[in-house]
Amino acid sequence: MSKEPVAVVGIGQTRHVAARRDVSIAGLVREAAQRALRDAEVTWADVEAVVIGKAPDFFEGVMMPELYLADALGAVGKPMLRVHTAGSVGGSTALVAANLVAARVHGTVLTLAFEKQSESNAMWGLSLPIPFQQPLLAGAGGFFAPHVRAYIRRSGAPGTVGSLVAYKDRCNALKNPYAHLHEHDITLEKVQASPMLWDPIRYSETCPSSDGACAMVLTGRAGAARSPRPPAWLLGGAMRSEPTLFAGKDFVSPQAGKDCAADVYRQAGIADPRRDIDAVEMYVPFSWYEPMWLENLGFAAEGEGWKLTESGATALDGDLPVNMSGGVLSANPIGASGMIRFAEAALQVRGQAGAHQVEGARRVLGHAYGGGAQFFSMWLVGSEPPDS
Amino acid sequence: MTGEEAPTPRDVAVVAFAQTEHRRSTEESSEVEMLMPVLHEVLARTGLKAADIGFTCSGSSDYLAGRAFSFTLALDGVGAWPPISESHVEADGAWALYEAWTKLLTTDADTALVYSYGTSSSGSIRDVLTRQLDPYYLAPLWPDAVALAALQAQALVDAGDTDETALAAVGARSRADATANPHAQLTGNVPQGDYVVRPLRTGDCPPVSDGAAAVILAAGERARELCERPAWIRGIDHRIEAHALGVRDLTDSPSARLAAEHAGAFERPVDTAELHAPFSSQEVILRKALRLDGSVRVNPSGGALAANPVMAAGLIRIGEAAARIHSGESDRALAHATSGPCLQQNLVAVLEGDPR
Repeated sequence: MSKEPVAVVGIGQTRHVAARRDVSIAGLVREAAQRALRDAEVTWADVEAVVIGKAPDFFEGVMMPELYLADALGAVGKPMLRVHTAGSVGGSTALVAANLVAARVHGTVLTLAFEKQSESNAMWGLSLPIPFQQPLLAGAGGFFAPHVRAYIRRSGAPGTVGSLVAYKDRCNALKNPYAHLHEHDITLEKVQASPMLWDPIRYSETCPSSDGACAMVLTGRAGAARSPRPPAWLLGGAMRSEPTLFAGKDFVSPQAGKDCAADVYRQAGIADPRRDIDAVEMYVPFSWYEPMWLENLGFAAEGEGWKLTESGATALDGDLPVNMSGGVLSANPIGASGMIRFAEAALQVRGQAGAHQVEGARRVLGHAYGGGAQFFSMWLVGSEPPDS
Repeated sequence: MTGEEAPTPRDVAVVAFAQTEHRRSTEESSEVEMLMPVLHEVLARTGLKAADIGFTCSGSSDYLAGRAFSFTLALDGVGAWPPISESHVEADGAWALYEAWTKLLTTDADTALVYSYGTSSSGSIRDVLTRQLDPYYLAPLWPDAVALAALQAQALVDAGDTDETALAAVGARSRADATANPHAQLTGNVPQGDYVVRPLRTGDCPPVSDGAAAVILAAGERARELCERPAWIRGIDHRIEAHALGVRDLTDSPSARLAAEHAGAFERPVDTAELHAPFSSQEVILRKALRLDGSVRVNPSGGALAANPVMAAGLIRIGEAAARIHSGESDRALAHATSGPCLQQNLVAVLEGDPR
């Protein structure tokens, strides 16, 4: 039995900001959903099922908020599925929705991910009570900084690479109307002069806390034929997980990330990702993760990722643009961040990315990770439908 | 469709099921420690190892453990090395099974491990469940799950659909049946007790339970290799209703009926039904919505009135129904799971054994 080809025909985002005090959680998600439906020129009645994701419920202090959101998302009388795979959830949610179409369970599916961090405090939400976690491990930066240091030691990267990434991404964000941070006066010197938070991660090399939502309309071949704008076609998608902590774990380049990318490339017939993929929307919450993930995803040999960044290849006008939208460093509604990567990849191959469009982008990778760098979800989308 | 005939979807079956002995408290062990024996048991039933499984999906809720990302630690129990293809739903494991079923239909995997768990004892479950209500208007009032179920039960009594004697009989029958279930928590002649919230008495309410469950799914011939009599999933569907109780007819369950229709439950009679009805009154509603008459054996396991490990109780209904098909006690069974206040969200699966 062959799978139904999956197409992205509608994309909607909210303008990501520190606090959306003008809307409830329901208002926030409905805004993104309505924009996606409008983009696809379909109505609520065309949506057969809703697949929704977000990072921990503790971030808003609401247990299983999808129950309360059923009305706002037009899901009453329909199937509504809730996904939660930590920071990778936005990507995983899109993949679960895509599977409903691929398996021909549903023809058209609305998928959405959100976070309204202003409703609560993510720092506390992530600071697990002892004895579940060692003391003095404050937030995500405290967890990831040692792994960044390990990368620098292992690769011999100069200390300036992290600030190059942050400066690039914040400049890209100026071209993206939905990005949270629009720092019009940003300079490389300002990034380098910002306070050190978790050595070697500086304040300007970290992601902001954002409120925001992202939605997509996914459909099959028939739905794509009715689409008023060019669809993005799913060429490959995969999830991989490994345990949080164990003796053999490589935190710098986790095996689950390598395996996930390899599965996506196999599905999409990608022999050489550096040559065959035109751009990447990558989950980079701390700047140093760009060179780290370039290696993990097979765009550079081990220890060489920072050279790609330093050469300018990953700039918007480089030959492998990374995070054209400004990335997680410029907007981080955590639960939505993975889906935003996936959606921005789709925008690029549809030619709909506006001022941050990469000319002629035909195959773009969307990437997300979560937990203790243990959950990965990725998809590769293209401007042409898959062969089979 | 583009005019071509849609290909026939592949058959997927439940081939193994395992669960803990459900208990009032498991504070001496972690969730991983509670889960590991169940995972080992379900794998042993098929002879599979973790590395043989094509897809893994779990269901749980951070709010039960009282900490974010509680499922990340549970993954340690699976032994996810080398890395596995894996996902998680923040819901009852029945919805994890639905995601896994979808994955198998895409042909990306031939086998799936589904597990779920919940430790209601970590906090006060009545208080905890209030946090799943509308956060702006309803949750600040802290209406607990028993109070909401009592509103529903009273509406049912007022409509003339049941009375307190009939409700008591549901509880008594469930706990009598549970005596044959070694995993059940509350069995035998349990007193109906005093009112908790009128008209519900202690006997109408589920026990507070900790527990875990696991299921293995397999597609096509793989299912026949792994199980003598696979429980084929002939249909599975889930539907949600509005959240606000004021806009719902609490004496009915249209979402359960719709899910049953889409799962094909009404095409032919079932002989067994495992219903996830934590309150006696909810069994009355579900029997009506799912058109289960006296000829159907309802909750031979004792159901959620005998053990209600939140987030696992729905998956257990599917597992119990499948186990009866595996053993030959049932040929066509309906399994049901619910989520949300007053049966807001419902899942129905129809399971069948090969003809004998």
